[in-house]
Amino acid sequence: MSDAPLIEVKDLGVRLNTSRGPAQAVRGVSFALRRGETLGLVGESGCGKSVTALALMGLLPESAVVSGSIRLDGAELVGLPDAAYCKLRGNRISMIFQEPMTALNPMHTIGHQVAEPLRRHTGISAAEAQQEAIALLDRVGLPDAAKRIDAYPHQFSGGQRQRITIAMALACQPDVLIADEPTTALDVTIQGQILDLIASLVEERGMSMILISHDLGVIAENVDRMMVMYGGTVVESGATDAVFRRMGHPYTQGLFRARPRLGARKGTRLKTIAGTVPELADLPAGCTFADRCAIVEARCRAALPAVVDVGAAHGVRCIRTDVSMAAGGSSA
Amino acid sequence: MSAPLTASAATAAIAPGAMPATGFWRRALRHRSFVLGAVLSLSVLGAALLSLVWTPWSATDIDIASKLRPPSAAHWLGTDVLGRDIVSLLLVGARSTILVGVIAVGIGLSFGVCLGLVAAARKGWTEELIMRMSDFTFAFPAVLSAIMLAAVAGPGMVTSITAIGIFQIPTFVRVTRGSANAIWAREFVLAARAAGKGSFRITIEHVLPNILSILIVQATIQFALAILAEAALSYLGLGTQPPQPSWGRMLNDAQTLLFQSPMLAVYPGAAIAIAVLGLNLLGDGLRDLLDPRLARER
Ligand SMILES: Nc1ncnc2c1ncn2[C@@H]1O[C@H](COP(=O)(O)OP(=O)(O)OP(=O)(O)O)[C@@H](O)[C@H]1O
Ligand SMILES: [Mg+2]
Repeated sequence: MSDAPLIEVKDLGVRLNTSRGPAQAVRGVSFALRRGETLGLVGESGCGKSVTALALMGLLPESAVVSGSIRLDGAELVGLPDAAYCKLRGNRISMIFQEPMTALNPMHTIGHQVAEPLRRHTGISAAEAQQEAIALLDRVGLPDAAKRIDAYPHQFSGGQRQRITIAMALACQPDVLIADEPTTALDVTIQGQILDLIASLVEERGMSMILISHDLGVIAENVDRMMVMYGGTVVESGATDAVFRRMGHPYTQGLFRARPRLGARKGTRLKTIAGTVPELADLPAGCTFADRCAIVEARCRAALPAVVDVGAAHGVRCIRTDVSMAAGGSSA
Repeated sequence: MSAPLTASAATAAIAPGAMPATGFWRRALRHRSFVLGAVLSLSVLGAALLSLVWTPWSATDIDIASKLRPPSAAHWLGTDVLGRDIVSLLLVGARSTILVGVIAVGIGLSFGVCLGLVAAARKGWTEELIMRMSDFTFAFPAVLSAIMLAAVAGPGMVTSITAIGIFQIPTFVRVTRGSANAIWAREFVLAARAAGKGSFRITIEHVLPNILSILIVQATIQFALAILAEAALSYLGLGTQPPQPSWGRMLNDAQTLLFQSPMLAVYPGAAIAIAVLGLNLLGDGLRDLLDPRLARER
């Protein structure tokens, strides 16, 4: 694990054209990821996790405006022409998507879809690529890989398809893997298997990973560091155990209380966070969580709060950490 | 969402290892308008092919002495004002019709699909330019462009083919771009891009195969439109030139004798109607047969 970050993101902002006019979907996101490190991105639906991931991949729609800086091994990616980005995607930085049922082309065999990026990025022969694809599909646990290489996506189950998309994403040994809710569409027993598979592949190949989830449990078990997103900003970030030990942001605390718990007494109601995620087009000027926060003050609404350090490399974007961490920081 | 998907995936997996092609033909033979459309279209094609090797009489030999004969054992549908055998004229006319249709749709399809695919892949001002240009072209009906072309290059089959072909381009541009945009928005395209595929490869490998059935349906319907346009242009004297027989010309010839021998107009009119109806039914049938498969595998 070298000290120079593999990916360094500074003050990332994304402006999207929504049906209600342009809106800032992501703002002020900064983080660094070293080789072999794993980072979790957690937050409610619509908080900008996928947009952040797509910005890293350079896959946002043409109309999106990306500001700030994304550096891969020191090279700037923001504003990189698409042709140059194509050489990085799949090869150095790769992504797995949420919906395995739709992430594969129904018209091509799975063997073709896994082998194709290999041939393009490494220039090996079709036969070699085919062998490599079989080995990969074997590694991701697809039963009978050699026999089923010429089958079409509709002949596989959701879990199997997700294994195939993982093989596709890992074919060229990327340095960074972005997994955007890779198990949300799968049933619970399969979820664990897929996450274990991803974790062991990441470890085996020394990759860095950004794991996106709305499930705190998944984040707690799978990543070294985590970022909590709300309304397009990172409201809390730090080492996973540090964040779980001392939650600084009222939103993180709310998210933690709202998680379903195993073994909870029947009839125990989940504590939900009051209110709903604000629409992008009418995000408040100040703290994006202000409207749902129990300890909100007038000055919270004045401007986006700065990041406050509450521990070693543990930052919270809240001006009331004194209150929040005294009141609920140790609640579990 | 995923429950019906898995259910249909199971039914689709009946023929392992291959696209469900056998299922297509089984369903096709039970589809009434597809079968009727195919029979009508094939009969027109059969007439054209037959005319290459055999016609009851020569379609070009003029025999004024036996003009305007009623149907008889020798001339099944009688003869026209120049004494030519109607059946022979209809058979050879089918050839011009199909020739013009195939080439014109070929022109429209190749240019239109390429432009539509580029528009969907490039977006931005390229898309804007292509769409504005095709709107502009669309504003000139085939007849109008044929008149303009004829003024420059003279009337004839080449003129009418070119005019009809150009007229077909915008429709194919729109259909291609619309359906290609829908494919570009699908997640497997995003996944393919995440794996490093450029827009050219994605267009060839992902977009084109997935919109092929839509294009086939559209081409069938455009074929019918081309046949109508060819008949109209020949009728106006801008298309196929005598002595080359064509259905539109036969209508034109029949016009002056409309009250004397109305059947002379009915025969080519019926031939045009059969071809157009057949192709439209075929197109509708194909739409029904091809689209559910796309929807199911989505
Ligand atoms: N292409 C787009 N055009 C316009 N708005 C978009 C686009 N993609 C996302 N958004 C908006 O950006 C916001 C953030 O979306 P994003 O997909 O990043 O959420 P998310 O955190 O990934 O949520 P989920 O957990 O549901 O996947 C949402 O309000 C969404 O409506
Ligand atoms: Mg998402």
